[in-house]
Amino acid sequence: MNGAVVIGGSAGAVQALLTLLPALPADFARPVLIVVHVPPDHDHGLVTLFQAGCAMQVCEAEDKQVPEPGTIYFAPANYHLLVEPDGSMALSADDPVNHSRPAIDLLLESAADALRSRLIAVLLTGANQDGAEGLRAVFRAGGAAIVEDPETARVPTMPAAGLALCPEATRLAIDAIAPYLLRLA
Amino acid sequence: MSKETPEPDIDDIEIELLLEALFRRYHYDFRHYARASIKRRLIQARGRLGMTSFSALQERLLRDPEMLAKLLNYLTVQVSEMFRDPSYFRALREKVIPHLRTYPSLKVWIAGCSNGEEVYSLAILFREEGLEQRTLFYATDINPKALKAAEAGVYPLDQIRKFTENHQKSGARTSLSDYYVADYDRAIFDSSLRANVVFSDHSLATDSVFAEMHLISCRNVLIYFDRGLQERAVGLFEESLVRRGFLGLGRKESLRFSDHAAGFSDFVREEKIYQRRDR
Repeated sequence: MNGAVVIGGSAGAVQALLTLLPALPADFARPVLIVVHVPPDHDHGLVTLFQAGCAMQVCEAEDKQVPEPGTIYFAPANYHLLVEPDGSMALSADDPVNHSRPAIDLLLESAADALRSRLIAVLLTGANQDGAEGLRAVFRAGGAAIVEDPETARVPTMPAAGLALCPEATRLAIDAIAPYLLRLA
Repeated sequence: MSKETPEPDIDDIEIELLLEALFRRYHYDFRHYARASIKRRLIQARGRLGMTSFSALQERLLRDPEMLAKLLNYLTVQVSEMFRDPSYFRALREKVIPHLRTYPSLKVWIAGCSNGEEVYSLAILFREEGLEQRTLFYATDINPKALKAAEAGVYPLDQIRKFTENHQKSGARTSLSDYYVADYDRAIFDSSLRANVVFSDHSLATDSVFAEMHLISCRNVLIYFDRGLQERAVGLFEESLVRRGFLGLGRKESLRFSDHAAGFSDFVREEKIYQRRDR
């Protein structure tokens, strides 16, 4: 795999993704892996919600699947999503981390480990601190770290926590993230 | 903070050596587990066991068998619930049980039973459906401490509300409270539920077939294996099942890409319940 984009978000993230994801073209050069905090008991319906408005393919991540460019993968409800050293995706039913399953930190840290400088990570709006350590891991591994600007994010806690641990992260308003990804990818 | 990390990663080398040591010294084989999760768990273990590196952990592990028990609790840590994913148990009850009724005696294997939540769930379900008396359950795991917990059948009382809700959603014919007594903060399950259960040490990575099964339930175990080990485990299941026997996997597990897919048909597709083909 030629790298990937990983995105994490919590409260307000669905709205933010409705701005970000439809702005990416069908032939976007990297796969996009996403963790959104959702209640555990239900299939979250994110695939159906985003399929309609996105040019990229949208699906739920499957265990051991190798992610393809031009495709968006959502972590299933109640499972962690990780990236294996060979670039394939893996699910886990381990304990919640930061009270969340899926947890953003697990996706970002494992992807940073696997993809190093070929990884771009985006931390969006949210009301907790999941993802901050992951973002720092991405930066330390040589990847690109992006944070939704806490001043304009719906809920600033998560992006602010990301910036606190990883002050080098690029800070962008939500509608500037897709154009920035297109320049990087 | 440097942006360039030198390759290869030292942690990764040490982890590989540690897993090799664990296998050669104690015959526990985690070498073909999905690496990202194993690494997270080992990082946790390294910190909590007060080790400065995986090499230091390995040195202790090789010489001190007590370290093995401690490490296993990190490597196999598994949380579950009774009647987890109630629709799975409902599908067993409504679609699989009618087939199982046609056999005079039954064998059921719960592979990777961890602390036993699923063992008690199935024992209750089989009792409710009148099949318990003719059924022998095999509950296996690689962690002796988990097997002990499974055999004890004691769970935190604060989980009982969730267990009860799941049980009801599975199409329960009885009340979960019929099966346990509360003692302070614990729920102690009725020992008669395990009268027909054999708890046993068995590894899907290194052991082989041990009996002929009518139903195998192995949920959220295969996701921790790499592709090769998944194939080995599914091969064991195929070999163990009677013709037209049933295999239940976790909600996000599937035989779709397995070399053994041809040996099974979808039985309840959305619940990941498969039936071994009659060849």
